[in-house]
Amino acid sequence: MRPLALTAFTATSCLGRGLDATFAALAAQRSGLAPCSFESVRLETCVGEVPGVDDVPLPAELAEFECRNNRLACLSLRQDGFDEAVRGVAVRRGRERVGVWLGTSTSGILETELAYRGRDPASGALPGDFRYRGAHNTFSLAACVRRAFGLEGPAAVISSACSSSAKVFASARRALAAGLVDAALVGGVDSLCLTTLYGFHSLQLVARAPCRPFDAGRDGLSIGEAAAFALLEPAPDDLDADATLLLGTGESSDAWHMSAPHPEGRGAADAMRAALAAAHLTPGAIDYVNFHGTGTPSNDAAEARAVAAVLGRAVPGSSTKGATGHTLGAAGGLEAVICALALRHGLMPGGVNTEAPDPVLPVNYLRANRRAPLRRVMSNSFGFGGSNCSLVFGRAG
Amino acid sequence: MSAPLGAWVEGLGLLGPGLPDWPTAERVLAGETSYEPGPTVIPPLECLPPAERRRTGRVVRLALTVGLEAVRRAGADAAALPAVFSSSGGDGENCHEICQVLAGADRQISPTRFHNSVHNAASGYWGIATGSSAACNALCAHDASFAAGLIECLAQLRVDETPVLLIAYDADYPEPMRSARPIPAAFGVALLLAPAAGPGSLARLTARLGAAPAETLSDPRLEALRSAVPAARSLPLLRRVARAEGGSVLIDYLEHRCLELTVSPCH
Repeated sequence: MRPLALTAFTATSCLGRGLDATFAALAAQRSGLAPCSFESVRLETCVGEVPGVDDVPLPAELAEFECRNNRLACLSLRQDGFDEAVRGVAVRRGRERVGVWLGTSTSGILETELAYRGRDPASGALPGDFRYRGAHNTFSLAACVRRAFGLEGPAAVISSACSSSAKVFASARRALAAGLVDAALVGGVDSLCLTTLYGFHSLQLVARAPCRPFDAGRDGLSIGEAAAFALLEPAPDDLDADATLLLGTGESSDAWHMSAPHPEGRGAADAMRAALAAAHLTPGAIDYVNFHGTGTPSNDAAEARAVAAVLGRAVPGSSTKGATGHTLGAAGGLEAVICALALRHGLMPGGVNTEAPDPVLPVNYLRANRRAPLRRVMSNSFGFGGSNCSLVFGRAG
Repeated sequence: MSAPLGAWVEGLGLLGPGLPDWPTAERVLAGETSYEPGPTVIPPLECLPPAERRRTGRVVRLALTVGLEAVRRAGADAAALPAVFSSSGGDGENCHEICQVLAGADRQISPTRFHNSVHNAASGYWGIATGSSAACNALCAHDASFAAGLIECLAQLRVDETPVLLIAYDADYPEPMRSARPIPAAFGVALLLAPAAGPGSLARLTARLGAAPAETLSDPRLEALRSAVPAARSLPLLRRVARAEGGSVLIDYLEHRCLELTVSPCH
């Protein structure tokens, strides 16, 4: 594929709002995970909650989209000059030439969960202010963002569980290559809700203490929330050396199980190989891998085998989910932004919380931050239903 | 758009109220028989292992049934096909059950309910059923989900130059969600699309984005279906294919946008 430039990007998670706060936390190896006190949830687990999300209502013109997920989206769009960049590209290229591809797994379902508590005792009806289209529906995120900027190009939400906002990069790059759009607003947003907290608990996949990806004693994931966005445009010739490029995307399916990965990481390996092929790179060209690394015993084992099979055992890698939690449908976008920060600053972020990397896992797991010039990095995202996506990013110079 | 996006339709699958398969729908849309709405009868899935079969709900069976029909009619191999699943609401029954449990005192939801709650559940079961490790996508664009799925397929065809299967499906919610999102019936449609003509190609499509209102159907019962179920927004296109009638057709897409398709029948 032809490289695309990330001409603007931003992220908000429990590490902070915007790139500076995110990078400062990574540089300090600080985790944003804390004991769960979200809503009325009574589970012994830690979560990566973004403080103050509900203190920032949406502007009046977006009132129909009110929900925690869209509030998190909109507060994140205001960071790092991202909103000005989108408005600029809409003027420069035309609002009908800017597409929107965003990932989310649960959209505004928290509103629905609360509405079900407020059902009319006699009729069972939902409260009159329940909004299906603006809050519940999976597309509401893209509809809200499209409306916020007055964009009129193609749009879709990709909702393939935890690979959602990695796969948006693949759909957007195809739309750009096919001439459907001249620029694409991509990213992902997922916010805390009862469905995922109690759901992962029901599968016994949630850790009590902050998650410890790739640790010998890892015992599950910690759920987080995040919003991450990037603006993709064809790379101009005069790009700054520090600019980040999307070099390759690769997608595959496990065809194995709904909630467990293929034990040898077959689909994960296919996705990584496809991303390398799209980027016209050999495995040795990857300097760092941001693992999917959820911290569940089976996920990390499958991913480690896949990474070893495709990239070898020596390539340094880490999971940043010990810092951010698993932000589900936002994870691919958030970790794409972390990869862009890693490239810009020459920093491979060490995986926090992990004390003793599992000796059985055949990877070079970084616990401490390592500073080194980075040319190209890979980000892995794998989801329920066996949905896999790998992305390759590089420096412009 | 540079050169218009296009595809050849190689096979179709359909399941809807009173429409048990594509040949029945084809006769109705061609005007050979009148449309008699009835229940959407979704058959059991023989293609999944028994343990997985027990875990699937109506919506997953709907999606897989139409997908398999399109592949079968095209004489293609599902195990080698990338697929795009597009649905406005996914599995509404499953979502209702989860929300109901979470609103009660004991919030212990079933693990199967939870893994079936993901929007890509149908594509996950599709992979298990067909053994396909090709890329699958799972999209949502509310009422525009059919056109959004078709556009994703057309971009994939242009860039990857391999066939791709589109599966668009929606089903009715139970109350109380049904009042908020009144989809009256389950409806699914699948189109196997190819980048080049084959001996069994049904029609060629070319696409461009427009801004005109979508085409409606003259039969009030078919129009009611079209306007109420996002996946049934495909019906004006399917009508052209069923009638082997060339020309341009406008399909509902996003606010300010429609999808203009030019249909050229192959025979």
